[in-house]
Amino acid sequence: MATRVVGVLLVLMGVGSLVPRNVEAARRSGVGVRVSSISLSSLRHPNVETGHPHILAIQQNNTVSPSLVSRLSRVLSLRDYNTRVVLLGTTILGITAGIVGTFMLLRKRALVGDVVGHSALPGIAIAFLVMEGLSPGTGKWLPGLLLGAFAFGLAGAVTVMLIDKFSRIKADAAMAMTLSVFYGLGAALFTIVQRVPGGNAAGLKTYLNGKTASLVADDVWLFVGIATVVLVLAMLFMKELTILCFDEQFAAAEGWPVFWLDTLLIGLVVTVTIVGMQSVGLILVVATLIIPPASARFWTDDIRLMTLGAGLVGGMSSFFGTVISALFPRMAAGAVIVLTGASLFALSLLFGSKRGVLVHAWQQRKLRHDVGRVDLLRACFELVEHAVSDPIPTHEEMMDHEILLGDLVSMRAWDLSTLRRLVAVAEKDGLMQHTGDDNWRLTETGAEEARRIARNHRLWEMYLMQYAHIAPSHVDRDADLIEHVLDPELIAELEYQLDHPEEAVPVSSHATTGSSSG
Amino acid sequence: MTVAYHRRPVIWDVDYDTPAGELIAIVGPNGAGKSTLIKAALDLVPKVSGDVRVFGQPYEDQRERVAYVPQRTSVDWDFPVSALDVVTMGLYGKIGWFRPVTRKWRKAAREALDRVGLADFAKRQISQLSGGQQQRVFLARALVQEADLYLMDEPFAGVDAATERAILQVLRDLRSTGKTALVVHHDLQTVADYFDHVLMLNMRLVASGPTAEVFTEENLRRTYGGRLALLDQVGTRLAEGQ
Repeated sequence: MATRVVGVLLVLMGVGSLVPRNVEAARRSGVGVRVSSISLSSLRHPNVETGHPHILAIQQNNTVSPSLVSRLSRVLSLRDYNTRVVLLGTTILGITAGIVGTFMLLRKRALVGDVVGHSALPGIAIAFLVMEGLSPGTGKWLPGLLLGAFAFGLAGAVTVMLIDKFSRIKADAAMAMTLSVFYGLGAALFTIVQRVPGGNAAGLKTYLNGKTASLVADDVWLFVGIATVVLVLAMLFMKELTILCFDEQFAAAEGWPVFWLDTLLIGLVVTVTIVGMQSVGLILVVATLIIPPASARFWTDDIRLMTLGAGLVGGMSSFFGTVISALFPRMAAGAVIVLTGASLFALSLLFGSKRGVLVHAWQQRKLRHDVGRVDLLRACFELVEHAVSDPIPTHEEMMDHEILLGDLVSMRAWDLSTLRRLVAVAEKDGLMQHTGDDNWRLTETGAEEARRIARNHRLWEMYLMQYAHIAPSHVDRDADLIEHVLDPELIAELEYQLDHPEEAVPVSSHATTGSSSG
Repeated sequence: MTVAYHRRPVIWDVDYDTPAGELIAIVGPNGAGKSTLIKAALDLVPKVSGDVRVFGQPYEDQRERVAYVPQRTSVDWDFPVSALDVVTMGLYGKIGWFRPVTRKWRKAAREALDRVGLADFAKRQISQLSGGQQQRVFLARALVQEADLYLMDEPFAGVDAATERAILQVLRDLRSTGKTALVVHHDLQTVADYFDHVLMLNMRLVASGPTAEVFTEENLRRTYGGRLALLDQVGTRLAEGQ
């Protein structure tokens, strides 16, 4: 639910910022933009005579404010109408691509976006030729080009699925073939396109690398409309797409129309890819689909949050990528957007709260700490066990017995300095208390914990000998690492299998003094 | 019915009437078509011939009364959902298109998790569960559907003893409430203990009936005595010839 609300809010906020608040002010600011052509009623594609009438303002602004800082402040303050337009357009595309990409990644179809992007190329060329043929001069009408791109992008994706389904060729080979054949067809058609008189065909090349800087308001309005539809669909079908991605067979057995859900998902991906090509180009568009969800996965184990996070990462990469590219003349925005996304990925890989490298390292450290503590307390238990007459020491005996580090050191293959460190940690954890020199005692919790650990350990040893037929002299070594994975459920299972009464600590099945003590 | 993959028949002419209210084992060697039989019954793989009737009616009309437990290895357990999320998937059909999963449904899912002894693991991400626990999550997802017929694909494969007992308990509870369960089973030693009926399969139906009568050494030899050379050969030719 939260996902839907936030998504809709994002879209609404974006639309709000697109409306030019004060066209006059923009004109007075001296920006090299023909403001007259951006009135909402007259939003048309760039006309042929003037080429791109409203190119990203910030790139034309060098004469007014040449320093990097002032350019940055100009971009970030969103003072220019065109800056707002371009930033809004790319950001919306980034968010949408991230959200749709989440499902592609989980469906293990990460490369389909790549196939779609490359397959769209002949569609663009054919759409251009058809429109130019019908009415010369209209070849670059964006909705027409997008329609052509959509048809061929979809055809590419469907080709892959058909090859995968009806032949014995595997999906990866099918994708490699489809992608390159469609792209080859596109490249061939483009040589024809370039011979068409009028010279305005060259603009189509921007589909290869994107044309972020020359996005115009009517492009962006189109994006906002398409992106809104895609977002609403993705959120409406959240539940259905989840079950499709997780367990297709089960979904089918349950009577969900798996084929149509799959088609919907592919349709969303094709749409996002085709629109996204405008911003980053067909070669890089797959990155805007896959990098955001891959980054978000490091932060969460929940598909809802992952979807939200992917939207966030996608939006941020596009926003900051566009800003950075605007600061440096002639820097390709598409490439910077992808590199910004890659930086966010690297940060997630390192610092991600669920699967990040640092979290993992910290958990490993904690594990070592736990193993050390378990080892120490079990050694204490065995030491007291040797000292008292009754084979199993009582809780009081455990607490009363004075433990000398000199005795304890011989229980395991550890040296005195390691032992001192372990004992110091145990003191901090409230398990042991210092009673003078190298003399220590177990605290109430320490005694209890030692008893519990020794008991679990011995139950496990008994199990190993009884069921795995491991020799008594070897079980101790195998049992050492197991302690930290013995959760209450497993302990209950051990008690059941060994028919062991609750509470009681079994007698150890082998000699418990350390080898060095003789 | 007969079922084929890539035109190569893998099960020939299986004709079987499931007794209602019983626990039925499907046994047979690897490649005998046990999973395929279940999938064909669920319309997940196309049938060359034959039809499946559930409680006397076509399967499509009786979907809600059938619950499916796929093999545990058929999904990616690294998927970002919790045990509770997986169980609620069994309710998506009842919840219906576009509607969110509300508290009422989550409560039903929690109860199903409780029935398989995983009440404390509801919030756990599924990759953090042991194999046996994952299997029990799948079982809970079927239980939550409150179906009358349960089709289970190797629910006992590679599970720990606690899970085995939990699953068995669930199966017996199902039987005592008049439900039917068809279970693909690999452990021949426990067939007689766990199941009332047995269906012995090796590319065709070898034998079926009450375990006490049918689960004999003779039938086992016929079931496990290697793949049937001639059936295999003809199947391969069918695939090539077309």
